[in-house]
Amino acid sequence: MVLKLDHIDKSYITPKLVVPVLHDVSLHVEEGEYVAIMGPSGSGKSTLMNIIGCLDRPTRGTYELNGENVLNKNDRDMASIRLNNLGFVFQNFQLLSRQSALDNVALPLVYAGVRKRERIRRAKEALTRVGLEARMSFTPAQLSGGQKQRVAIARALVNNPRLLLADEPTGALDSRSSKALMQLFDELNDEGVTIVMITHAPEIASYAKRVCNIFDGVLTERTDSDRTKIEAAGGIGL
Amino acid sequence: MIENIRLAFQGIWSHKMRSFLTMLGIIIGIGSIIAIVSTIQGTNNALRDQLVGSGNNTVNVNLSQGGEAYQVYDASSIPQGIPVISEDTRQRILALDDVEKMTSYTTRFVSDGVYYRDKALSEFNIYGVDMDYFDTLSYAIKSGREFLQEDFDAFHRVIVVDQTASDNLFQGANPLGRTVEINGQPFTVIGIVYQTAGYEPNIENLDDYYTYDDGSNGIFFMPKTTWPIVFQYDEPENVVIKATSTDEMTRAGQRTANILNETITNKTSTVTYSAEDLLGIVKQQQELANASNLQLVWIAGISLLVGGIGVMNIMIVSVTERTNEIGLKKAIGARKSAILWQFLTEAAVLTSLGGVLGVAAGIAMSQLIHRFTGILVGINWPAALIAVLFSMIIGIVFGLLPSVQASNLDPIEALRRE
Repeated sequence: MVLKLDHIDKSYITPKLVVPVLHDVSLHVEEGEYVAIMGPSGSGKSTLMNIIGCLDRPTRGTYELNGENVLNKNDRDMASIRLNNLGFVFQNFQLLSRQSALDNVALPLVYAGVRKRERIRRAKEALTRVGLEARMSFTPAQLSGGQKQRVAIARALVNNPRLLLADEPTGALDSRSSKALMQLFDELNDEGVTIVMITHAPEIASYAKRVCNIFDGVLTERTDSDRTKIEAAGGIGL
Repeated sequence: MIENIRLAFQGIWSHKMRSFLTMLGIIIGIGSIIAIVSTIQGTNNALRDQLVGSGNNTVNVNLSQGGEAYQVYDASSIPQGIPVISEDTRQRILALDDVEKMTSYTTRFVSDGVYYRDKALSEFNIYGVDMDYFDTLSYAIKSGREFLQEDFDAFHRVIVVDQTASDNLFQGANPLGRTVEINGQPFTVIGIVYQTAGYEPNIENLDDYYTYDDGSNGIFFMPKTTWPIVFQYDEPENVVIKATSTDEMTRAGQRTANILNETITNKTSTVTYSAEDLLGIVKQQQELANASNLQLVWIAGISLLVGGIGVMNIMIVSVTERTNEIGLKKAIGARKSAILWQFLTEAAVLTSLGGVLGVAAGIAMSQLIHRFTGILVGINWPAALIAVLFSMIIGIVFGLLPSVQASNLDPIEALRRE
């Protein structure tokens, strides 16, 4: 099992009040799964994403990544876990504007201590994988939204992570680019990449092979009858 | 690290004007320090060249009284109990390992008794010298000839003059073969000498001229064996030694003076031999010059402090501007230390570049100072290297706070900021 979250609670504690965000969240993800976590704004999905991404710690509960308890690690070890096990795709791409697509993709390898020649080889390979072999030397300003997100996906994949985490990956894209991106996710998942995607859009969530709903900090698995209802209502709007 | 340096240069290049203005404080600070240090170096070099000479390494071991050189004017002023230097004493001095050559001579500053044709001449130095004198003091023959052994053996009344004496005596006429009367004795001029190296004052302006003018109209040299014929008495001699190296000058001079003082039979004599300590004088003067110039270095250091604060300010701005980038890097696995080093490297590269430009500006400034004021300057390369290293340290010190701030950013918060 790649991901095993059990009975996770998360509250933001300030001197004056305690704001509960997640309640008893449990989520198990097997290798090769493609999971969407869907919920409206303020439902706690970003908080859950931060916990899965080892960027934040829960108030209560257990979290195992690749069978390893990550909650007893210090910040330095958490950084290593993020570097070696997780690939992030953000809504607004988060590319370095002064760097070329190739340099952006190679960035995680710098922190992994990979030598320059190998970095370039692997970054080129990742960009080819997302169909951007002809745009390697372009800076983000010279790329379309869809292409930028592909660069970000290549960067997430370059260090061969166990889990690809995508936070609203189509949030800044038009419908055509969104569809193309979802197709890319499908292909990657078919190649064996485990994906956990967070979205507020049902039509995007429907691309995933498994969908979880989150509402007011409570996570529930979507049943097949939910899926039928969505499809009956007009399906995915892409 | 190389990647960080590459990124730092990329950052500097993409904000050229901002980077230059940030570096300006460092450039001005380092430039001023280099200019001041170059002036100090130039002054020190000039002092050393003027006092010690360039490669001559000769030390005068003179008779002195109460710290002042003892001058014999006439027979009555000849001190008692100070013998003429014997061959044995000469060999003891030459046996010293830091003495290469030695010569001894008698000297007088004469104000009368010297005539050329019907003209009375005054204010001359007369030296009674041995065969080694010209060689030891790096004199060379300009025209005519040196003394020969037979001039000493046969008490020839011959003199060699320096260029100043020749000009003052003979007013441009060829002095060779002409006769000069000294204390009633006729002397034939056989040569003109000039000093190829040694204490040669660097006179660049009127002040220097008055400082170095000793009031002498020139020098006559005669064989020391002829001296008693003119002045009736054997007189105590002064000694010049040539040390094996500049650094040995002080020691060689002192050891020679000790040997000579052992030969003084009058143990109560207030006139004794002492070696002039040119190196010591140079050091004292250099220290004096350094002390006053170092004050200026401190003042220039304030500019560096201001420059450093400017660097800190711009680095804080940079961290704020790049919060999102820092958040991303931390999210994808960069450790705190990696972020810390990235920003420290950026600050250090920025200030080091400022240091290099500052050194160039300082050298240019010192050349301008030399051109417009005539002050001698000398480029001190170790100081330039230290200046660049120091600017790097300024970058590290003043970049530390912003870098720590950057490395401590919470990645979630940082990613949220646009």
